[in-house]
Amino acid sequence: MVEIIGVNKRYDHSNYVVKELNLDIYEGEFLTLLGSSGCGKTTTLRMVAGFEEPTSGSIKVNGINIDNQEAYERSVNTVFQSYALFPHMTVFDNVAYGLKIKKIKKDKIRESVTEILNMVQLGGFEKRYPSQLSGGQKQRVAIARALINQPQVLLLDEPLGALDLKLRKQMQLELKQLQKKLSITFIYVTHDQEEALTMSDRIAVMNSGILEQVGTPAEIYEKPVSKFVATFIGETNLFEGYVEKVDGQDVSITIESGIISASGEGFTEKELVAVSVRPERMKYSTVPVEGFTVEALVREQVYIGSILKTLAVLPNGNQIKIERLAGQEVPGTGKIFLYWDKADAKLIHSMDQVFFDKISNVRMGEEE
Amino acid sequence: MVGPVTLWLAFFVAVPLLYVFVMSFCSLDQNYNVVFAFTLDNYARLADVNYIAIYMQSLLIAFLTTVICLGLAYPFAFLIARTVSKYKGVLYMLVVIPFWTNSLIRIYGWRTFLGANGWLNNALIALGIISEPLDLLFSKATTILGMVYCLIPYMVLPLYTAIEKLDKNLLEASADLGAKKLTTYRKIVIPLTASGIFSGSIMVFIPCLGLFFVSDILGGGNSDIIGNLIERQFQSGNNWPLGSALSIILIAVTLLLVKLYQKCGGDMESLGV
Repeated sequence: MVEIIGVNKRYDHSNYVVKELNLDIYEGEFLTLLGSSGCGKTTTLRMVAGFEEPTSGSIKVNGINIDNQEAYERSVNTVFQSYALFPHMTVFDNVAYGLKIKKIKKDKIRESVTEILNMVQLGGFEKRYPSQLSGGQKQRVAIARALINQPQVLLLDEPLGALDLKLRKQMQLELKQLQKKLSITFIYVTHDQEEALTMSDRIAVMNSGILEQVGTPAEIYEKPVSKFVATFIGETNLFEGYVEKVDGQDVSITIESGIISASGEGFTEKELVAVSVRPERMKYSTVPVEGFTVEALVREQVYIGSILKTLAVLPNGNQIKIERLAGQEVPGTGKIFLYWDKADAKLIHSMDQVFFDKISNVRMGEEE
Repeated sequence: MVGPVTLWLAFFVAVPLLYVFVMSFCSLDQNYNVVFAFTLDNYARLADVNYIAIYMQSLLIAFLTTVICLGLAYPFAFLIARTVSKYKGVLYMLVVIPFWTNSLIRIYGWRTFLGANGWLNNALIALGIISEPLDLLFSKATTILGMVYCLIPYMVLPLYTAIEKLDKNLLEASADLGAKKLTTYRKIVIPLTASGIFSGSIMVFIPCLGLFFVSDILGGGNSDIIGNLIERQFQSGNNWPLGSALSIILIAVTLLLVKLYQKCGGDMESLGV
């Protein structure tokens, strides 16, 4: 539906805001551009909307190149972060704006506006001004104003950012339902990973202008391809080291605090890697488990309703987060051995030279 | 409570105004001395046909000045407000520096520039474009030119404030919904900067009724405004009561305009009130 092909964006002589971005967005899907502020996600959205021009590369919508189309010519509509409702117009006039410009007949406009306002549960609010609406209501008007034009793609730039938590959760569900009902392609920008996981069909994680990974929420969470993705989405324990031994799928890794194991393909001995293990996948035992030699000291255990959170510390001071369902047997505080099912750990290629130096120094010290 | 502000206002505003008000009901004796004998004569004389012609002329000049100021200032204010580079400050100073310079000096500057022996005529003759100096001074047009020149900062500054406040997202939203630039200006930009247009207009129109030295220096007596009438009564005419009556009328018109402005939803703060 939307093809972003080799798009670069830079301002003057500064660094790239978006670098070599290739992304296909499918028809009817809810795709989220996720990343921290300044990662290029909003710039990407603005390039699709036509507010910014790519420095190079091109964008297609429905197979048609839109690089030379002005924003007003494009069949996409935007829901702005600040809502951008016209303050001097009523809700009705705001929503009708796009249709009035298209010179649609008056009674037809009235019909459409009424219908769409009912859909976003704002029937009867036609005569109000934006200043007389709550944040959530403004948001709904902004969505209605965009949707009434029946865009091929709806672009949403952190649309829920200004709402309080409870309202945000509610709007997340409503937006998702709306998207399913209308089966319009949504491109959604957010920095909130939980929001991205909840709503998206697919998530595109961006970091410093580079697309790190695209995948379903489960893929992104369970199989992060980079350290950034692993740490940005959800909580994780990241162990950095190098490959000691490869035996088919089984990979043995040396880290500062000992040996750990994971499974993965395409790794070579001595290669720098990181291993990401989610807290809920972590296990511990009072005796060493084959393939693992990492010891930790239990620092703290906290019950959070159904979950028991354990905080342990490695000899080098790194903290390890472990989550178990409450009620499961817990070894007492003190020294524990960490391990996990090899399939539960995600092995990631690493290119952190600084860390390599650090590890090899430690190893050399041991050998002397 | 009689605070220092109240005293200050009483001394510098209320007392002089009261003085002018009382004066407007006084009469003159044979030696043109003001005597405190109540009369409405001064007001009756204001309906003189010659005076009415000058009021009309004054209103026309003020109106044209306002329209021209608006036409020139709007794009310029837009430019300043939308400039993000270091030139923003320079553009802003271009407006503010003349604003700080004595307007009498600046108006004399125009006279030197436009006079029969002025720079403009000399330059045009030197370039061979004309052979005889053009008669550029002493017309309604030159008076309006001077007025526009003097008062344009009062138009630019409120417009600039209004445009600066305009959320750039609204322009993008308008384009996003299919509006071309011109439509966006008509439907979004102009209505949302109306407060600036409004207060700028009033801040140009009102002083334009009183800046007598502009029509004196550049109009050469051909384009008198209410301000000239008042000035003449206090100076050469030596008829203070009549001058006072004219002043009271001018103040009344000003208050009426401000009231009208307020009634139409104008923001008093942007007038500096």
